[in-house]
Amino acid sequence: MNRYEIWIAFMTIVIREVRRFLRIWPQTIIPPVVTMALFFLIFGNVIGSRIGFMQGLPYSQFVAPGLIMLSVITNSYGNVVSSFYGSKFQRNIEELMVSPTPNIIILSGYIVGGMARGLLVGLIVSLVSLFFTEFSVFSPVIAFAIILLTSMMFSVAGFLNAIYADSFDDISVIPNFVLTPLVYLGGVFYSTSLLSEFWANVSLINPILYMVNTFRFGFSGVTDIDIFWAFTMVTLFTLVLFLISLKLLRDSPRLRT
Amino acid sequence: MREEKDLALVLHELSKLYENGFQALSGINLKVESGDFFALLGPNGAGKSTTIGIICSLIRKTGGVVKIFGHDTDINFSSAKKLIGIVPQEFNFNQFEKPIDILVTQAGYYGISRSVALERAQKYLTLLGLWDKRAVSSRALSGGMKRRLMIARALIHNPKLLILDEPTAGVDIELRRSMWEFLQDINEAGTTIILTTHYLEEAENLCRNVAIINHGRIVQNTSVKSLVRQLQVQTFSVDLKDKLLQVPLVGDYQIRKVDDHVIEVDVLRNQTINPLITGLSDQSIEVVSMSHKTNRLEELFLKIIETNESK
Repeated sequence: MNRYEIWIAFMTIVIREVRRFLRIWPQTIIPPVVTMALFFLIFGNVIGSRIGFMQGLPYSQFVAPGLIMLSVITNSYGNVVSSFYGSKFQRNIEELMVSPTPNIIILSGYIVGGMARGLLVGLIVSLVSLFFTEFSVFSPVIAFAIILLTSMMFSVAGFLNAIYADSFDDISVIPNFVLTPLVYLGGVFYSTSLLSEFWANVSLINPILYMVNTFRFGFSGVTDIDIFWAFTMVTLFTLVLFLISLKLLRDSPRLRT
Repeated sequence: MREEKDLALVLHELSKLYENGFQALSGINLKVESGDFFALLGPNGAGKSTTIGIICSLIRKTGGVVKIFGHDTDINFSSAKKLIGIVPQEFNFNQFEKPIDILVTQAGYYGISRSVALERAQKYLTLLGLWDKRAVSSRALSGGMKRRLMIARALIHNPKLLILDEPTAGVDIELRRSMWEFLQDINEAGTTIILTTHYLEEAENLCRNVAIINHGRIVQNTSVKSLVRQLQVQTFSVDLKDKLLQVPLVGDYQIRKVDDHVIEVDVLRNQTINPLITGLSDQSIEVVSMSHKTNRLEELFLKIIETNESK
């Protein structure tokens, strides 16, 4: 395939992915927005007004970046894992596998599709959050860069999950029992400075803590962790997951017996 | 001797050993000429679908070489894939998408622009009688329509080699015949076709050459005509006008009574059927109609498989 043909193949996958999640918008767009609106209402306004300030910010303003990040992570991941596993289940993944589309383009197409949903939901949740709180942006570059990288990383992670999944149960295990706890314990609702030294140190092994804090730093300029280290870690994780996915796409007996 | 680039498909010592230890293919050698209409026959589990899966890269081979119009799939993977269109046995498209979207998306995977893809989608959906259904959800299509949709999808990038894995399984006779006509037309237009089928009548009517595969080995590779010539005995079912009282004796023919109005006659390869009709007429037995009791190729196929099993 020449470059133009590769570009068409890539855009075909991206458009198909975007069309898929837009077609089922009551399942893909509305629920996360409603959930986040409830989070803002309860934690931001009702409980937040009693908590007061955290890291020098009103509580509703403190939780907003974390909630936006939460929606981006779960939707990027969820889009790729359900779409790719669905294609495996219906066997229409074979349409792609018999085609000359290079594996790196297949993987990139799915990732960009996942990022598109994650970022779209993130944008809507950001707009919804304006009804409940107000915030300024300290560094738009940092905020945008970290959300882009995080969305990419969890899209690749969703792809990996989909390759290994043998049933629809398998695609919900990681989001429910790994991802959600990590996000909730990743400093979305609290600052690690409130924890004892032991638990604060334990929190440092949670990669989502770095993403949430970096994103929050982009808004408020306040953080618990080293921003440079956060970017390095997310980039490395994304790269490693990408390379593993690429190898599995080529060699995995779950795709080609 | 023809150059390999003139051959649509070359399989050299193709083998597949599954992880569970099952040897699906044991060194298959096969050549299919460009423009051929080729049948790959074999009982269930013989290795037909594994062979096709390897050719279109859905299954990884454990040994051997696959060349598509001279392109080695291990070396020039992309070029080889562009030349193949595959119609699998099972429905493997997204049932929630519309036929037109399925075709245009598939074209995109081959780097074909949307405008060209739309033109081709219209052409093939019309030819296959699906244009009116282009915008309905694919899951609402009948089984036959879904099969035709898969043929249209396989043709959307204008492949030089079309591989169909039992395309008419579960399709009614009328539709099967129209699919045969369609496949013959595209074969005459230059597309090489490889077909696996359980309907041996299909192979006999459509294909020029045939390979029979059993236990992962090619046990016969010849033209359909020469395969049929190997047939030693044909059985005819003869319908009689009047009630038959006793089995007639006519020359050396082996005749059996099926019921009061039907007899079966075995005709050897070196015999003609004229004396049979004359002999029956001489005994005042009037023949209403006569037909092959079974598909001729089917008998031969079973014999080849049995011979292969007993080795």
